[in-house]
Amino acid sequence: MLRRLLPLIVFVALGLLMLIGIRISADRDPDALPTPLLNQPAPGFALPELHQPDRIVRSEELAGAPYLLNVWGSWCPSCRIEHPVITELANSGRLRVIGYNYKDEREDALRWLGQFGDPYDLIVVDEDGRTAIDWGIYGAPESFLVDAQGVIRFKLVGPLSDDIIERDILPRIGVASAETATP
Amino acid sequence: MMRNFILPLLFALLPTLACAVEPLPFRDRAEEQRFQQLAAELRCVKCQNQSLADSNAPIAHDLRREVFELMREGHSDDEIKDFLSRRYGEFVLYRPPLAGDTLLIWIAPPLVLLAGTLVLWLVVRGRRRPAAAETLRPEEDA
Repeated sequence: MLRRLLPLIVFVALGLLMLIGIRISADRDPDALPTPLLNQPAPGFALPELHQPDRIVRSEELAGAPYLLNVWGSWCPSCRIEHPVITELANSGRLRVIGYNYKDEREDALRWLGQFGDPYDLIVVDEDGRTAIDWGIYGAPESFLVDAQGVIRFKLVGPLSDDIIERDILPRIGVASAETATP
Repeated sequence: MMRNFILPLLFALLPTLACAVEPLPFRDRAEEQRFQQLAAELRCVKCQNQSLADSNAPIAHDLRREVFELMREGHSDDEIKDFLSRRYGEFVLYRPPLAGDTLLIWIAPPLVLLAGTLVLWLVVRGRRRPAAAETLRPEEDA
């Protein structure tokens, strides 16, 4: 009897395993790598600004207030999808949004911004992708939440959504500013 | 008939044997071998089923260049692996350290082997007993 049922039991067990796998990947992107930089000081950088290529922006300049570092490129289709979300967040004034133009051509980047709008406070340019390695960046879009102390509090691989901003990003800087208020 | 197709097909597949690695200015054969070995030990972060040595992704190109430059600066293989896993996580290492959440990765293969051996042993023992009691039936002989 058991011998007859065994294939069915194995089949049901495999089916359950697949269902669990599907459930897990529905909640999060299974290919997104968790960054070891979480809760670590953000890596330093010195990169030119997109609109003023002569100006070198250093990471220290950004300290003092939280910011969202948003990695994008004109070559990146998902960046178009998240662009309205980024624009709304930047315009709301709730969080500074710094653009990180990754492995792009300057002309293409400027044309892209001309077409879709430029919501960024400033945009640093990493043309050869060397600084990106320090941040563990491996594609676009990616976003890092850096708090006022310069610590990475959250990283997202993939396009931002309103949900993620409300659930994962804004509460974290709320917590960070509360912590600085206590001596 | 098939032979007419097989040879061209094999030739058509030849380019896939070639390495995805763009030429890097290696000093000598030993340096190139060390680089290839190291790159085969590291996983590409973008196309996660390929090693850094095989991948054509732009990030793999950048990371190969970084690995090469770190080699040139005199860093050891372990230092280079550490450099990458500090930035991209232990995921980049094909052989992660034996600790914590990687424990299952390390012990699963011997466990599966053990379970397989056990099942095989049970099946063989179960078969041998009736076979010893009676002579083979004609259909089992075939």
